[in-house]
Formats: sequence, C-alpha cells, structure tokens
Amino acid sequence: MPRIWKFGDSVNTDDILPGKFAPFMAGEDVFQTFAFHYIRPEFAASVQPGDVLIGGRNWGLGSSREYAPQALKTLQVGGIVAPSFARIHYRNLLNLGIPAFEFDLTGLLEDGAQVSLDVQTGVLTHAAGTVQLPPPPEFLREALAEGSILAFFKKHGRFPGEPA
Amino acid sequence: MTNPTPRPQTMAEKILSRRGTQVVYAGDLAVVEVDQVMVVDSIAQSFIQRMGQDLNATPRYPERVSIVIDHVAPASTVSVAQAQKEAREYAARTGVRLFDVGRGICHQVLMEEGLARPGWIVLGSDSHSTTYGAVAAFGSGMGATDIALAAASGKTWLKVPESVKVTFTGDLRRGVSAKDVALEMIRRLGADGATYQSIEMHAGDRFTRGERMTLANLCVEAGAKAGLVVPGGEILTAYGYDIPEWVYPDDGAAYVQSIEINLATLNPRMSAPSEVDNVFDVADLRGALRDVPVDQVFIGTCTNGRIEDLHAAADVLRGRRVAPGTRLLVIPASSQVMEDAMADGTLLTLQRAGAVLGTPGCGPCMGRHQGVLAPGEVCVSTSNRNFIGRMGDKDARIYLASPAVAAATAVMGRVALPEDVLNTPVPA
Repeated sequence: MPRIWKFGDSVNTDDILPGKFAPFMAGEDVFQTFAFHYIRPEFAASVQPGDVLIGGRNWGLGSSREYAPQALKTLQVGGIVAPSFARIHYRNLLNLGIPAFEFDLTGLLEDGAQVSLDVQTGVLTHAAGTVQLPPPPEFLREALAEGSILAFFKKHGRFPGEPA
Repeated sequence: MTNPTPRPQTMAEKILSRRGTQVVYAGDLAVVEVDQVMVVDSIAQSFIQRMGQDLNATPRYPERVSIVIDHVAPASTVSVAQAQKEAREYAARTGVRLFDVGRGICHQVLMEEGLARPGWIVLGSDSHSTTYGAVAAFGSGMGATDIALAAASGKTWLKVPESVKVTFTGDLRRGVSAKDVALEMIRRLGADGATYQSIEMHAGDRFTRGERMTLANLCVEAGAKAGLVVPGGEILTAYGYDIPEWVYPDDGAAYVQSIEINLATLNPRMSAPSEVDNVFDVADLRGALRDVPVDQVFIGTCTNGRIEDLHAAADVLRGRRVAPGTRLLVIPASSQVMEDAMADGTLLTLQRAGAVLGTPGCGPCMGRHQGVLAPGEVCVSTSNRNFIGRMGDKDARIYLASPAVAAATAVMGRVALPEDVLNTPVPA
C-alpha cells in the first residue's frame, strides 16, 4: 500500500531537486535519484510507485526547473497534497500530469501512514477514514480533461478557452 | 485599442488586454501573443525534445526566440558541453537567436539587446524572468513545456493576475541600494505573499534601469507572476524606448493589497538562511555574527551583477584589500558590463583589492560551478536565493545582501556595513 511522505512548509525546488543534479549535469538516467537529496536523503531509494507527498504552504517555490517535478514523475509519485503551491511549479505539475491537490493533510496524517489515493475522484483513504480532496480549479478542467495543457494543445491546436 | 475599457486597469491587465483579443481583468483567462521567448542552457534539451518529439513543431516566429548559454558557462562537464552543443545546433537549424558562452546572464542580455520592451510579454525558462518588468514588460518564468508551447504557437495561456501595489516614498540614504529595497519588499510581503499576483511598483523617477531590474527580479521571491515598475526616470529617456501611453496603470485600478515603503528610513538589509524572506537589518546580523568568519563573498548574478553594482563594490574596495581567509568572486552579468567595467577602471580596482573575476554568466548562484561552497562555509552573496544546498553543500550558509554590503564584508572578513569600511582610512 502506498505511504505518505510528509514535508513541512515552503518545500522549494532546490529541496525537490538541487540544481547541480539537473539532468544535463547528473545524467538523464539518474537525476531522479537525487530527489530530496539534502532534506530526505533516503527518499529516492525508498519511494514506491503511488506514494503520496504531503506538505505545508507554498509547495514548490523557487526555480522554474521542470526537471524537479520530472524527477518525482520518474519515481512514479502518485500525487502531491499541499494547502498552497507556488505558481510556476504548479503549472509544471499540471504539464507533466502529476496530480496536485490544494488541501492541508499535515494535521491529519503522519509520515509513513498507509493511504490510497484515487486521483480521478480525489478520494484519499487512510487507516481511520477517507478525505475528499478538492477538485482542480474550474479554469483548468478543460485542459485536464485531456490530461495536460500540452495534450490539449496537441489535440486541438489551440489553448483552452481560445476560439477554434 | 479596438476594445473599450470600461473599468480602470492595472499594468498587468493593460498589457494582457493589449496582447490578447479582449479586455481582461484579474481572474480572467487570457491567451496572449508572446513577444519574446527565452530558453536557458539548463533546459535546452528538454525544450528541444518538447518541440520535436512531443509537439512536432518548429518555432512559429524564430525571431521571437532566444537561447542563452549562461547557467553553466563555459561548460564544466562533458554532459553539459553536449547539452550546449545541441542548443547551438538547434539555433543554427531553426534560426532562433543564440547568445553563447560569455555573452552573459539571460535577463541582462535580453535587456541589453532590446528584446524586452515596454508593453511586451516576455516568457523565460527561468523564474527570474520577472526582471523584464523593469521596463514595463510583462515578464514571467515558466517550465520547459510551457516555454515550448509558447515557441511553437507564438502565444501563451494564463490567468490574469491580481495586483499588489507597492509605492516607494522618500529617497534612499547613502549606502542603501535597490537590493535593500527589494529585500524589504520581500520581507513585507513574505515568500508567498504575492503568489499568482503581479507586483506593481510605483517609484516615480527613482531608480536606473539596472536598479529597476533588481527590484523586478526579486518579485518572484514573493511568489509573483510578474513584477512591473511604472515607467519613470531614465526609462523615459535613456534607451530610446517607445513607451505607449496605454501601458501606465489607470487611476482607480483594483489592487488586492497596497503597501508603502519609505526609502528614507530604510537600512541595509540582509536575508539570512534559508529563506529569502528571512530578512534582517545588516547592523543586527553584524552583531549576531561578529565571531563568524565569512569564507566567500560573491558579487554578481541577474540580481546584482550590473555596472551600478560593480561600481558600488569598487567604491568600498578602492585602495583596500579583501580580508585574509575570505575569497571574493566577482562575475559581471554580461560581456557589456564587463567591457564597461574594464573601460572605466572598475575591474582593475576590484582585481587590485583581491577579487577573483569570472566569465559573465550565472556563476555559482545555483551551486553548479565557479565557486561552490564546502560544508560549514559561510557566503555573503548578492544573488537571490539562500536555500539549503543552493550554492554547494547543504551545510553551507548563504546570506543575501547588496553589493556594497558584500564588498564591506569582503574587506572586514565578517558581515559588515559599508560605513565600517569607509570610516577607516585607506591604507597608505
């Protein structure tokens, strides 16, 4: 069963993937092994597909580096739940198709807690019950229906909301 | 304008309305024309892959795309050299602009080249793309996928941001700079205080273009989508900009928050590890850190590597020497800055003081090369981020400050104020 990896407030993109381990420096095949290298050095070797990251406010502040969420995608992280996200990082999560939910679970769940997350319904099940996570903001749903803005653009040749 | 403007607008609303298809306000979605797309070396391979394999596209307007090799320049490893080689080949193949090793840091280069102009929309694959707001361009950072979509389509898709109004009053005292103003602004707003928002700065005729770049640059450290400075001062006259009347904000525009910063009472500021909004008076940190030797001082970056910054450092360092046990790295933001500093003797002043000069580019700002930090080392830097591990080891500590404070610190070997140095006679 997937587990919770619990983080605090203000997890920045250097925490998620330090700049010196960018794919063009560390290598495209191994850069993801440096995810959370400084703040949770055991993470990359231990994380299992579907595990859920929870954090505090302003998750993902800092750099525009898409390879930070790309590392989490490569490690098959199941989703990220935090009360607020930094904007560039949030766009990057959407573009890579990593489920992101704006909700604070840090008071409810401890690190290592067993959970399952249904990313379609936003229902997170834990040992003592379930939590309904909020749906993505209305303005993103058209894009997310295709999986990502990239997927939407490829299919329709335009941006969501743009006249055909 | 083809559309009427029924309600007063902020600068962000003005620019996004003008470059889109309809009049928009905060909260609206907008698809807008992008005047310049900037790609840095760090993500060039991702960008090329998105354009080719993922989108099967070429740049819609090659003249609106620039690739800048600055984040690890010159290359430090074979893999970096390979990535940069692919970037050069892509530029040659598609006709997009390439600014190669040594030309300088992306934001400084685009500004010097006139590739960010009042009323434009400029997207960069670097979070500090807010810098273009210095000349009233809507500059914003995005990741590789969004940047590729913008290059492929000539447009982008975004939510029109709410705006925070920041008004500067009074005049700075000697030894206090735009960096101190920017750090105070980030302290007041907090690291997520302007998330998804535009910071609109009303500065009157204060501040040079370079200083305005410092202000706009740090807006992303409050989470902002853009940081726009209302045109004034030398922006109106010195660079030949065509400043359209419509770019100015309307009286009565709606702001989510308004703050005022009195420059006359501001002291030099310093951001302590490991968050940018962890800002203190330098005088207080000087006391707290009086027994802490500073191992490295770094003057440079897109925040503070311009000619004004090198002048401020040289004014403190002239005739003096960097303290034994302290290293001073100076990396001009661009080849133009380097030339100007060479021509007016600034580089000689810095070199004679014991500075180590580096190739124009990002330097050690994100811990990749040219001066990374060992465990336990302390660095005072004019850069923009002091996160854990940012410039090297996770147990190194980074303090962010102005060029004058950084230079004074280099002379004293401890955190210092410019006056600590300037009140001491130059050694005979």
